[in-house]
Amino acid sequence: MVREIAIEMRGITKRFPRVVANDNVDFGVYKGEIHALVGENGAGKSTLMKILYGLYQKDSGQIFIRGREMDISSPSVAISQGIGMVHQHFMLIPPLTVAENVVLGQEPRKGKIFNDTKKAIQDVERLSKKYGLKVDAQAKVQDLSVGLEQRVEIIKVLYRGAEILILDEPTAVLTPQEVEELFNIMRSLKEEGKTIIFITHKLKEVMEISDWVTVMRDGKVAGIVETKKTTKEELAKMMVGREVLLRVEKNPPQIRGVVLEVKDLEAVNDRGLSALRGVSFKIRAGEILGIAGVEGNGQTELIEALTGLRRLIRGKVTLWGKDITNASARKILESRIAHIPEDRHKRGLILDYSVENNLILGSHYRPPMTKGPRLNFKKISENALELIKRFDIRPADKEIQVNSLSGGNQQKTIVARELSRHPQLLIASQPTRGVDIGAIEFIHRKILEERDKGEAVLLVSAELSEVMSLSDRILVMYEGKIVGEVEPKKTSESDLGLMMAGAKSSDQVIRQSGDREFPDTPIS
Amino acid sequence: MDKREKLLEILSPVLAVVAAFLVGGIFILIIGQNPLFIYGKLFSGTLGNPYGIAQVLFKATPLIFTGLAVAFAFRAGLFNIGAQGQLYMGAFLTAYLGFTLVNLPGFILIPLCILGGMIGGALWAAIPGILKAKRGAHEVITTIMMNFIALALTNYLVARHFHAPETVHTQAIAFSARIPRLSTIFPGLSGSPLNYSIFLALLACFIIYYILWKTSLGYELRAVGLNPFAAEYGGINIARSTILAMAISGALAGLVGVNYVMGYKYYFEQGFSGGVGFMGIAVALLGRNNPIGVILAALLFGLLSFGGLVINAYVPKELVDILQAIVIIFVIASSRPFREYLMRLKKRTLARGEQG
Repeated sequence: MVREIAIEMRGITKRFPRVVANDNVDFGVYKGEIHALVGENGAGKSTLMKILYGLYQKDSGQIFIRGREMDISSPSVAISQGIGMVHQHFMLIPPLTVAENVVLGQEPRKGKIFNDTKKAIQDVERLSKKYGLKVDAQAKVQDLSVGLEQRVEIIKVLYRGAEILILDEPTAVLTPQEVEELFNIMRSLKEEGKTIIFITHKLKEVMEISDWVTVMRDGKVAGIVETKKTTKEELAKMMVGREVLLRVEKNPPQIRGVVLEVKDLEAVNDRGLSALRGVSFKIRAGEILGIAGVEGNGQTELIEALTGLRRLIRGKVTLWGKDITNASARKILESRIAHIPEDRHKRGLILDYSVENNLILGSHYRPPMTKGPRLNFKKISENALELIKRFDIRPADKEIQVNSLSGGNQQKTIVARELSRHPQLLIASQPTRGVDIGAIEFIHRKILEERDKGEAVLLVSAELSEVMSLSDRILVMYEGKIVGEVEPKKTSESDLGLMMAGAKSSDQVIRQSGDREFPDTPIS
Repeated sequence: MDKREKLLEILSPVLAVVAAFLVGGIFILIIGQNPLFIYGKLFSGTLGNPYGIAQVLFKATPLIFTGLAVAFAFRAGLFNIGAQGQLYMGAFLTAYLGFTLVNLPGFILIPLCILGGMIGGALWAAIPGILKAKRGAHEVITTIMMNFIALALTNYLVARHFHAPETVHTQAIAFSARIPRLSTIFPGLSGSPLNYSIFLALLACFIIYYILWKTSLGYELRAVGLNPFAAEYGGINIARSTILAMAISGALAGLVGVNYVMGYKYYFEQGFSGGVGFMGIAVALLGRNNPIGVILAALLFGLLSFGGLVINAYVPKELVDILQAIVIIFVIASSRPFREYLMRLKKRTLARGEQG
């Protein structure tokens, strides 16, 4: 059987001022397949797809759509050729309904002036039914969950007649259950003959859903393989260019006394709504305590409250028995609590500062970094050189502005600074978000090292596999409360996923899981 | 920032000034004069003789203080529109000390009057700082309002309590509080009120540069200006930084009175400053919020300000107002935030393209 080729890109090259984002890239997709495009951040996969969608113009190369060479000068050309893209960041208008969002810009008309709302709703319902998307056409987008918003984006693309769908890291924002549902939708789209390009860096998902995989590294194609003939390990090696340890190897914890104890914490979020509703737990020296939960269930507020960035309305926080409730951020730092914040651009870094200046944030006001009121530039420079070397921050230039580093190196800068405080408690929130595999491996190793040195670690992550593989104990947070505690070895990801969605308590999970043994979970 | 960007950062204000002169030339042509002739007069009258140079420096002195005030606040993430009010409060306090403590010797009274100017400006600026730190009131609004209050308050104090008989200004400050003019050393400058406060202005620039880039206080203030969330995370007290930055900014603005009250007229009078408080915003902008840039920008505006009088015989002196305005417009259009804004706008248009 000769299979029809949906897209072929030949010899695509795209240069940016300082990098070659795509270097003579060949990329092809058969009609009706799910084709995964994987690679680390900065490998050039998004650039390639933006060229296909007309957002960027290639410097050289050819694009064929269904065998015909096309010049895709803008997204509207791409759309007219049946190419649709679902972006990582949704482009929806919250106060409008699903149907209104879908037809926006292409509203069906009644006569010349009036919109035909009824037809819009019918169209959306028809599409929703056909592909099993289950979206209420008349609901307002602001009332939808992230997973449903994503489906609205998919309907939007289908409404515009897309035959080829580009999904840009669609699972990054979803819970495990939502990911499963998305995959079902993708399968039904495939059955209807649609072609899907699935951009991701999660190898587990690649193995589960795709037919073919193109791996990119450093702007080039590192390999094109059929999914069933490859393994995760092989893909990871292609992505990184060397052997990667996908499993986190750890020794049994050497647990000692209670480092941090929190009792009945209550706090509100930025909008003044209750975010923490009586949170209590203990962390002991030498263990990693993971907190799992769908984002927005109070984890951010919990971390901020523990690090002096948010006031607690009620409750008590003690460090080695000493009361540090509502202590200032500086006091917290001085108590040797280190904090890798969830949003490195908002909290973790001053992007316009150099690497060396970022490496002293928090210790900038006292010796050895100061001499009287003056900054001690010699010490600052020594500190930077040492940390850059120890944490392999690249490029190894202490004076370069942090905003010109890659995400992975920015994160390493933060990790370097926080661990250089010699903490007794490390609070790590989404420590590997948006970071490439090589850096993930590195950061995980560093966190484990801290634990083995006898520190207490509090780990918050939306990556279930990360929480599962690193933690010694896991607390599940739901709607501002701890709804259960589980042992990672005796719980499956799907059970944990259900608890995160508020559907199950830990008792049920434990009862159902019985004494099933689960191997260490891979990170991707 | 790589080298190319750095060069652009320095070059773009220069290009803006050149462009402004070109456009200004068109206006001169419209009036019916030869731009080369007028510009020739402008430069020979200001920079071509010692008196002209002295006048330019004299006009630049208060602009350095206010420009530095605005630039410093800006580095800490605050937009201080209130230099005008702060300099009124500072100058009044300077004058008050000068005509009250008449029996003190100069070596005590002069520093005291200078300090008074700084304290007056600092306290006045600290109020919006406190309002921002504690209540979140935006400093742009509060500093503007504080300008009106300062104006009315000093007006009242002069008119009701401290005016010299038959005048609208205060009585004169003690001789011991007066700062000598440079013409006492360089007779060639005679007639120009240029005085030693120009050196105070240059010293202030150096001190501010040192604070911002060499001390941990400067590290904190700039961190707050660049990313308050990260600064807070790094244990920096945002409220304290805000209040302190406003106070220092106000203290700088308050020094304007040293030039005028102690070095020129020897009394405080209403409306003495013209608009130097507001011109400080333009100076800071053109000087890229950098102390050395502020000096250069203040010299340019000082030159234009005195140059307007020089060319008044041939064209209306409002021409230099136009020139100043064009400089400011070009500077804003070429500034980095503006370029970034344009880039964002472009991105948004692209994003819209994707949907349609």
